[in-house]
Amino acid sequence: MSPVILLLLALGLGLAGWLAARARAWTFKRDTNGGRIAALPNYHAWYVALWIAVPVLAFIAIWSVVAPNLVNQSVLASPAAAELPAFGFKRDAILNEARAVANGDAQAVFNDTARALVDPFRDAFARYNFIGIAVTLAIGLLSGMIAFLRLRPDFTARTRVERAVMTILLLASLVAILTTLGIVVSLVFETIRFFGMVSPIDFLFGTHWGPDPMANPDNPDASRYGAIPLFWGTIFIGAIIAMIVAIPLGLMSAIYLTQYAHPRIRSWVKPALEILAGVPTVVYGYFAALTVAPFIRDVALSIGFSSASSESALAAGLVMGVMIIPFVSSMADDSIAAVPAAMRDGSLAMGATQSETIKRVLIPAALPGIVAGVMLAISRAIGETMIVVMAASTAANLSANPLESMTTVTVQIVAMLTGEGSFDHPATLSAFALGFVLFLVTLGLNFVALRVVKRFRETYE
Amino acid sequence: MSNAAVPTGEQSEPRPDRREAFEARLKKRYASEKRFRLLGLSAIIFSMAVLAVLLFTMTVNGVGGFQRAELTVPIALSEAGLSATPADLQESGAVQLLEAQGLPGVVEYYAIEALGEEAAAEVSPQAWRDVADAIIVDPSLLRRDTVFNLPASSDLASGLNGEGSAESRAMAEQLSADGQLSSNFDEGFLSRADATNPQQVGIWGALKGSMLTMLVTLVLAFPIGVLAALYLEEYAPKNRWTDLIEVSINNLAAVPSIIFGLLGLAVFLWLFPNLRSAPLIGGMTLALMTMPVIVISGRNAIKAVPPSIRDGALAVGASPVQVVFHHVLPLALPGILTGTIIGMARALGETAPLLMIGMRAFVATPPDGFTSPATVLPVQIFLWSDEIDRGFVERTSAAIIVLLLFLLLMNGLAIYLRNKFEKSW
Repeated sequence: MSPVILLLLALGLGLAGWLAARARAWTFKRDTNGGRIAALPNYHAWYVALWIAVPVLAFIAIWSVVAPNLVNQSVLASPAAAELPAFGFKRDAILNEARAVANGDAQAVFNDTARALVDPFRDAFARYNFIGIAVTLAIGLLSGMIAFLRLRPDFTARTRVERAVMTILLLASLVAILTTLGIVVSLVFETIRFFGMVSPIDFLFGTHWGPDPMANPDNPDASRYGAIPLFWGTIFIGAIIAMIVAIPLGLMSAIYLTQYAHPRIRSWVKPALEILAGVPTVVYGYFAALTVAPFIRDVALSIGFSSASSESALAAGLVMGVMIIPFVSSMADDSIAAVPAAMRDGSLAMGATQSETIKRVLIPAALPGIVAGVMLAISRAIGETMIVVMAASTAANLSANPLESMTTVTVQIVAMLTGEGSFDHPATLSAFALGFVLFLVTLGLNFVALRVVKRFRETYE
Repeated sequence: MSNAAVPTGEQSEPRPDRREAFEARLKKRYASEKRFRLLGLSAIIFSMAVLAVLLFTMTVNGVGGFQRAELTVPIALSEAGLSATPADLQESGAVQLLEAQGLPGVVEYYAIEALGEEAAAEVSPQAWRDVADAIIVDPSLLRRDTVFNLPASSDLASGLNGEGSAESRAMAEQLSADGQLSSNFDEGFLSRADATNPQQVGIWGALKGSMLTMLVTLVLAFPIGVLAALYLEEYAPKNRWTDLIEVSINNLAAVPSIIFGLLGLAVFLWLFPNLRSAPLIGGMTLALMTMPVIVISGRNAIKAVPPSIRDGALAVGASPVQVVFHHVLPLALPGILTGTIIGMARALGETAPLLMIGMRAFVATPPDGFTSPATVLPVQIFLWSDEIDRGFVERTSAAIIVLLLFLLLMNGLAIYLRNKFEKSW
């Protein structure tokens, strides 16, 4: 709760500084008898407000991370904490229970050890809340004062404020790099820990996947961490079955909509395709599991495949393909539209029919763009999670039969991280290694595809 | 088109054999043209058909999800001897208080009174909570005799639908013939939270969690996205750094969402270990995912503002910052908003990254704030889809209908904004 109070405090301080500085700047205007002052009063106001807001917000950001740790430490130092079990899950549970009661999130505790800890928690919260508010006030007043004393009629507040604005803009754009860096660092870090327990060779080339989260973490059975069946399942469902559905359907939809359809039909069908793209994947997953998978099993059983399972790769792949159709069609649409009209008209003028023009002129000319779109579609399909989590199974299976159950990289990431496993166990860490492989593969596909799209666009412009 | 060849053939020496071959070829080409066209049409019809089947299945299943089987039980609370005062009922522990004063027993007694021993066993064991909620909303019920519609057990509910065991079907038939069992619109579905019994669940908890999470996402992603777009489009020098920023934004927009979940798990939960499954963490994770979408659409909107506006402002003495914040940004804002709504709609439907940060927990009370445990609508759908109980199928579809309505509303708003503010300079 306390970060919210601190934020409100910061807002109040900033507003006070803003108003005070503005009033002060108006007195300059009066004192100089309507003569020029170097910046408008508003800029003086913003200058002071920024001086207050930036240090205070920085402090709040740091404090919201540091304070809970300080609270924990001071509670652990209290005499009541001596009765806590030494380590592990139980200790955390007791601490959480006591913390929740002290916070007012829970009504009562069930554990006696926790009851003794409620008061130390309350005291610690009160103490550190007070410190937080006091320091926020001190920083805000101090820096506000420094800024306020600088205001003079000839003070170039606007230049300063604009410099600060530019810095903020630059920082905002750096968030993207920080995010990328955060992804890489968090994945690499955990992946290295995983490879300390299971060798990369076993992981990348092993053909048996069956991690046991209950096994002794210090001595994992490396032969259980062979990820080939997962890679195969991912490629089979996402890059083969889904694309067999999505590429022809998406391409033909785009061709029909751009070349044949009446504008009025187009204006109805295009938004409808966009709806298809906007349906959440969890809904597709439910649709696949509830309707498509049983249907496929029944059909397969009726034509004599006795091994058909209700969680088949085919069901997940088909539904995923449908999900990708609008994506492929809009990429194909763009690249066909980028082909110059002169090429099309030339072909038609030579006497070719419309379909011949499309097949022999438009598609070859648009091919790089279409291929890039397909690569992006594959990258999306292999990263897709919910459909396969709900419609495919968790059983790893190295098979080319689409009616069998199969599992994918994303399914295993979910399976490994939503269990009760601890973060020191190779089964849990393997999720990060799988995530890292997925990240690298999709990154490569996206990178090449974006390059191709960019280069292709430029040739006709 | 090809007709031009025919008259020339006719005017010169007519050569029947060649003409025949030509006609045949032309016919073949036209046939292939027609086939191709039909192929395109059928591709579109197929996609539309899948969409229709999907919506149809969800609606047919979901309509039942908004209803529940209820048993009619008159309860004389005035004679039950509950001593709770209206002031007590304002407190946060009111439900527990009513439980301690024996409300479950009271409800059971009147259920047996009204329905008989055997049928009363089919009142959902948690039904007294509905009575407690009603009392908390309107304490004057304690002094009156009221007829309550209490949820029936799942067995009886499936009996009413003509499924389940022959026994429960017979009982359901008997009770509905007596007018004591009926399938009513379940107002509580929109106002309750998750529960273990499909007769007792609601989506308000998940909906509230979704709203809180979306709020955090919006508050973080919108300013950062807009400011980054302004910087890249208006001020950034062309050098290696800005290239790096651009590449990383484009790549982030295409990174699988589950990777963002791994990031949230490794970084945010490491920083804030006490906030597992809180809307704050979920919102932060989704904000990182949504931000690139906003940046990309924002840059396109900013690019569409004609340079003459900037030149005009610069010419009358505005500084570069004033040009952007006074002129370019207001003109680009509708376009940015459209992109933001689309990005938010995508975040609203996102499930996988939230599973990673622990939002799949069973949460039976709606979240109080940004730091209390919560779940969101898509995750709720995922959790219910895993339940074996038949009643959950309908509930899941009903929740999907609510989610799709929200998305339709958001996308409709985006299209409306786009049409309303679409400008050509």
